[in-house]
Amino acid sequence: MARKVKVTKVVNGIDTEVEEEVPDGPPAAWGDPKAMRILGKRNPRQEGPEKVTGRAKYASDIVLPGMCYGRFLGATPAAGKVAAIDLSAAERLPGVKAVLGMAMPGAVIRYAGQPLAAVAAITPEIAEDALRAIKVTYEAAKFVVDHHKAADATAPKVRPGTPSNVVSPGGKTEGNVEDAFAKAAAVVEGTYEAQTRLHCCLETHGHTVKWDGDQLTVWASTQFIQGVRDQFGSLAGGPKNVRVICEHMGGGFGSKFGMGDEGRMAALLAKKANAPVRFMLARQDEQMWNFRGPGAVADIKIGAAADGTLVATHIRAWNEGGEQAASTSLNDGPYIVAPLAWKAEFSSVLTNTAGTAALRAPGRPQAEVIWGAALDDLAAKLNMDPLELRKKNHNDPVRVAEWDLGAKIIGWDRRQKVPGSAPGVKKRGIGMGSATWGGGGGGGAQVDVVVGRDGSVKAINGCQDLGTGARTYVAGIVAEELGLELHQVQGVIGDSLMGFGHASGGSTTTGSIAPAVKMAAVNAKDQLLIAAAQALKVKPEEVELGLGGKAQVKGQPGKSLTWKQLCATLPASGLKVRGEWNADLQTSGARGCDFAEVEVDTETGKVTVLKVVGVQDCGFLLNRLQAESQVMGAIIQGIGTALLEERHMDSVTGRMLNPNFEEYKLCGSFEAGGINIPMDPPYRTLGAEERGIVSLIFDTPTGKVIGIGEPAIIGVQAAIANAIFNAIGVRVYQMPATPDRVLAALARKKGAQA
Amino acid sequence: MDQEEKGRPFVVSRRSFIKGAGAGVAGAAVMGGAAVIDVEQEAEAQGAGLQKLGPGPVKVALHVNGSVRNVEVEPRTTLVNVLRGVGHTPLPADQALTGAKIGCDRGSCGACTVLVDGKAVYSCMMLAVDAQGRKITTVEGLAQGGMLTAVQEEMIAKDGYQCGYCTPGFVMSLTALMNEKPKPTLDDVKMAVSGNTCRCGAYPRIFEAALAAAKKKGA
Repeated sequence: MARKVKVTKVVNGIDTEVEEEVPDGPPAAWGDPKAMRILGKRNPRQEGPEKVTGRAKYASDIVLPGMCYGRFLGATPAAGKVAAIDLSAAERLPGVKAVLGMAMPGAVIRYAGQPLAAVAAITPEIAEDALRAIKVTYEAAKFVVDHHKAADATAPKVRPGTPSNVVSPGGKTEGNVEDAFAKAAAVVEGTYEAQTRLHCCLETHGHTVKWDGDQLTVWASTQFIQGVRDQFGSLAGGPKNVRVICEHMGGGFGSKFGMGDEGRMAALLAKKANAPVRFMLARQDEQMWNFRGPGAVADIKIGAAADGTLVATHIRAWNEGGEQAASTSLNDGPYIVAPLAWKAEFSSVLTNTAGTAALRAPGRPQAEVIWGAALDDLAAKLNMDPLELRKKNHNDPVRVAEWDLGAKIIGWDRRQKVPGSAPGVKKRGIGMGSATWGGGGGGGAQVDVVVGRDGSVKAINGCQDLGTGARTYVAGIVAEELGLELHQVQGVIGDSLMGFGHASGGSTTTGSIAPAVKMAAVNAKDQLLIAAAQALKVKPEEVELGLGGKAQVKGQPGKSLTWKQLCATLPASGLKVRGEWNADLQTSGARGCDFAEVEVDTETGKVTVLKVVGVQDCGFLLNRLQAESQVMGAIIQGIGTALLEERHMDSVTGRMLNPNFEEYKLCGSFEAGGINIPMDPPYRTLGAEERGIVSLIFDTPTGKVIGIGEPAIIGVQAAIANAIFNAIGVRVYQMPATPDRVLAALARKKGAQA
Repeated sequence: MDQEEKGRPFVVSRRSFIKGAGAGVAGAAVMGGAAVIDVEQEAEAQGAGLQKLGPGPVKVALHVNGSVRNVEVEPRTTLVNVLRGVGHTPLPADQALTGAKIGCDRGSCGACTVLVDGKAVYSCMMLAVDAQGRKITTVEGLAQGGMLTAVQEEMIAKDGYQCGYCTPGFVMSLTALMNEKPKPTLDDVKMAVSGNTCRCGAYPRIFEAALAAAKKKGA
């Protein structure tokens, strides 16, 4: 039996695709995880030495001869029109090489910080001077930046001439909600709010660009090299004229898929300046622009029978997306735990702030913190264990197993059986949250394995590594298949000249790239066996590839070739074999949950996270170290989401008050929940005084890869919000749970008791 | 962060400073204790025979990673920008030291951390002219003859990063800690990197790496 595979051979330096017959093998499968030498183990990243020595080059690190630095000028008011704009003084400044007007007189302004003009100068300092030299006068108009006020009929309209800032209404209903509520033994109603959150990629958005005639080279900080190439193609006479390079990138979290206005400005400035331009956003511009996920406010009504069986839910949700409509998963009704009857009404509230972008598990953390909170409030009313309430209404076996495991590790029994019942000033509580996500891959990826006559192996794909470890598993899959050590295979990624690489979004990278790598490795192995068979003068099916890449005739250990000898039989150009995506090797439907323990100082309102346990299911695991890092990072972003991260808009000026890292607070070393607590089977319960983060990969025997970067963050904010409720016995309805909100909630409780 | 100011031989004229200063620069200068000069100080400085710099480019010599780099920059240029290749007469592109990153450019994220006379300093908060005569070490200067330091090795082994953009800053802050306190506690480590932000959330791994590096060094 034999089958045909497409093989790309390098002939005189030119890729030539041919079909070749190879021995038929079993259908595509990863194999037994226990039999793996590399995959699923804790392997450090291949690019580690570059990252710790500063050799790793990000888009913002590219320095080219004669390069200029780009900046843009954002609008001062939050609404109105540009009355006049004068670029001439900026153009005359020594050292300024290009000035680009992006808004003509009459241009409508919908938010403060909206780009109006861009400059390129020989130093960043002169570029800043040039921005200050641009004279803009405005016809300022009334604006609204507070989404609570924006919904009022009397509020200034974000889109002048329209009747309301409440747009894009919709609704979904299942069953007869009114009848179902009538049967409820307990009903909870409340208005819950999840805040907007900024991406805060440590490397701001931007590119370094260089024109050579029609040819455009772009060093991008991006989540989608190939897509960015196509978009820049619109400025360069087609994608064929564009090369995009992204060896490393400093964080994306959903906000770096496209060329963006910042990319357009870079390319146009570079053309005008006749010089390469590095255009990275200033931090303030980054924070004020549309690199944030939407916030949401929801009125929720949730009812259950006396035994905890949910009977109905009703949600009215307002998603806040600034000057553009936005949606969250609240639009889809109840999240994860659902009754038979439910009703969802939703809309979007416009404000005079910048729009939004996808942010790590778009819309899901908002849904879970709101639904998860309502569920716990209902459990309290029913005097029921919140975990039992969930289990009563949900029976996915993997999720239930994950809940039980998380509960065991955190010590669920130590929670306050009656929320807020602990004595003393500092009260502890435990809470939980859950996640569901896709995480499967899609077709299109093209991976090349190149074996040199010197024994070198490269695994090549034009995808990008956001910090997930993509480069390392691209190499690891090939090393595993060929019997080599990880260091013998070099993962080469990050260039649009390479085979198609999927966008890194929706946790789909692994599901999209890894199967193609596996198929390329399988195809390479087939070719190597053919080469070995020729050298050993036997049939290909009589040869096997063993450890160390040693090829030997089956049952005849003496008749063999070492890896070096085998590779030396290859043609001078070596071997280049392509692999394409195979759906057998990936799956979708990631689940996860988080458990958190907090301590609330009831005198100051300060919340301290004592421990968080994240449990994330993963099918065929490629690298345990980086999978754990993904979960851990998600937990830490989740802690910031629950306690710290909040955008403040000034209702007087319409500007963001904290477009920085000092006042838009991120988790730092003291907020991040402490040390990493390794957790391998047999799983144990953490001690009451033990502090730290458990990021646990829950191995499920699907035998297929899945992406986990996003699901891991979904339940964290809910777990912490519910832990605070468990500690103090009163709900902090608005996230983040800052000390002032915690104290206000405690005062409300005191008032209710008085 | 080290805010101690050693002998500062240069003065920036008030007029040129204000002309050149945006909010970020002004904040940086005030917070960093760098060259903000009022009228009286300026007069005093002239009386003391100090040299007035700016507003145009000046020659600056920096001692970086054991060698001297001569550049011509405006006095308002920060150390991080000069290290990374900014200047009126920029260094050849291949000599730019881009290990120190710009994340916020105002002294809160720590991606630009370098050692100045052995202490961790935000290089976005120090003017290049103020860094003259001081010993500057960037992340590129740590590994001697290709041998990584214990901190660097353990950052790799423990996966103390994800995207890696903050990594040079963390490595430098931890290097300063190890120099000062070879056997740090967990709280020492947290304090040492409290001025560094990792948006990917690798802190627990970074703490592990630091403690492992200290153990390795002590062994």
